[in-house]
Amino acid sequence: MQDTFFYRAGHRVMAFIDYMGNLTLFFLEACRSLSHPPWFIREVIAQMYHLGVKSFPLVAVASFAVGLVLAMQGIQVLKLFGAANYIATSVCFTFVRGLGPLLAGIMLASRGGSGIGAELGSMRVTNQIDALTVSAVNPMKYLVVTRILACMLILPLLTVGANIIGILGGMLIGVFQLGMTPTYYYTLTIKYLTLRDVLPGVGKTAVFGMIVGAVGAFHGFNTEHGTFGVGQATKTAVVAAILLILISDVFLTKITLLLWP
Amino acid sequence: MSSSPKSLSSSGPKFGEETPGWVPASAPAQPLICYRGVNKSFGSKVVLQDIDLDVYAGETLVILGRSGSGKTVMTSMLVGLNQPDSGSITVGGQEIREFQSDSDWRDLRLQTGYLFQGSALYDSMRVGENVAFPMVQHTHWSQEEIARRVHEKLAQVGLAETEAMEPSELSGGMLRRAALARSLALDPQIIIYDEPTAGLDPITGDEIGNLISRLQKTLQVTSIVVTHDLRLTALVADRLTLLYQGRMVFLGTYEEFLRSSHPEVRRFLHEPPEEKPE
Repeated sequence: MQDTFFYRAGHRVMAFIDYMGNLTLFFLEACRSLSHPPWFIREVIAQMYHLGVKSFPLVAVASFAVGLVLAMQGIQVLKLFGAANYIATSVCFTFVRGLGPLLAGIMLASRGGSGIGAELGSMRVTNQIDALTVSAVNPMKYLVVTRILACMLILPLLTVGANIIGILGGMLIGVFQLGMTPTYYYTLTIKYLTLRDVLPGVGKTAVFGMIVGAVGAFHGFNTEHGTFGVGQATKTAVVAAILLILISDVFLTKITLLLWP
Repeated sequence: MSSSPKSLSSSGPKFGEETPGWVPASAPAQPLICYRGVNKSFGSKVVLQDIDLDVYAGETLVILGRSGSGKTVMTSMLVGLNQPDSGSITVGGQEIREFQSDSDWRDLRLQTGYLFQGSALYDSMRVGENVAFPMVQHTHWSQEEIARRVHEKLAQVGLAETEAMEPSELSGGMLRRAALARSLALDPQIIIYDEPTAGLDPITGDEIGNLISRLQKTLQVTSIVVTHDLRLTALVADRLTLLYQGRMVFLGTYEEFLRSSHPEVRRFLHEPPEEKPE
């Protein structure tokens, strides 16, 4: 019975539902603790620096590389239709509406999410979280809420940076491969761009940030089995955050397209 | 503005008031901490059974026992890290089983210093910042006042020169002392030491024991020391209790412990738990 496909599939589905339920309860507990002071604003700012500012070089390199590749591949396709110059608009829209937010979210999950999972996990197994509790400092507020807020606030900024650098990558290809002037490339880039293209993309990264912070903190906070558990928590935090970002992106994209077609 | 954490109000000896010093169990005095019929299990594993214990203000009580005998669970209940399944625990006259939220626990936690077995210093902070942390979170003291007190607390444990050091730069004994300085940050009235000498060589263990005795004399706090170390027990205990399989099998002074004919006491004395030093 336990070897059947349906049994195993059902077991996996139940485990996923259980996981999502626990994650949701954890997040709601974090939200509930926000209802009264202290709010540890300084810690939020410190975490924005650690998680966001220090992630920027990674986001920048990734966005630039993807911008280069996107332009090189895009030119090949657009040439078929005699519209190679529209590579500027193509790269811009691809980044601003979808790729930039996703890339920044995944990079933050890789660096920030793993960092949160590892830090909180090692704090759990070395009793540092208990030490906070007995010091009458709510660890949910001090460690979890601050990190979720930091991710939610910093990811939109990282996304704006990713968009700009990705577009610059595309510009490099446009200039050197197609012989366009930077001014002409820039003109084509912003010609059709409106705030309705930019804001939904940047806005949904607040949700991605929430996912990165909550998932990383959830796995770190609930770490068991010593240092082995810390490794497991870190790995699972990254994988789960990236998957949830990708899944939520489907729904968020659909919603934003319905609201701002 | 200068303010310190407020004291709990209760019947019997109260936090923040003059305490009468150690009172023998036979004396008609109100104990500061009372366990009554406390039971605790984790799943099917029974950890504590029917614990009745009084801890008097100003005394040092040692909870002795082998690994897994329930010592740490017993003390962690005093700060809300574990909850008893049944029975009653009162601290300063307040029934802690009635505490529901963090705000209910706040005053008791501020009056209790807890030294964890692994020190539990915050890795992300320097030693001085670790000691300052409770002051920053719970007082309105100025930065200068906090710096002065941090220096004072570290000097009290013999680590005056370590303020700027990272916890990873300290030895095992220094880590315990730094963690103790953090526990003392808000001048607690109860200090709980969880295996303060575990993993330390005998000489460093004796240093920690002497430090606990010295602090006890100078600060007049109520101390509970969880350990399996007989050397430490001999050094610091006013009274001790032996836990065996979750039950208290002995309560008395160290001299009475040595004379006891209880089979578990005899076994503990003649086959003390061994531990490799760091």
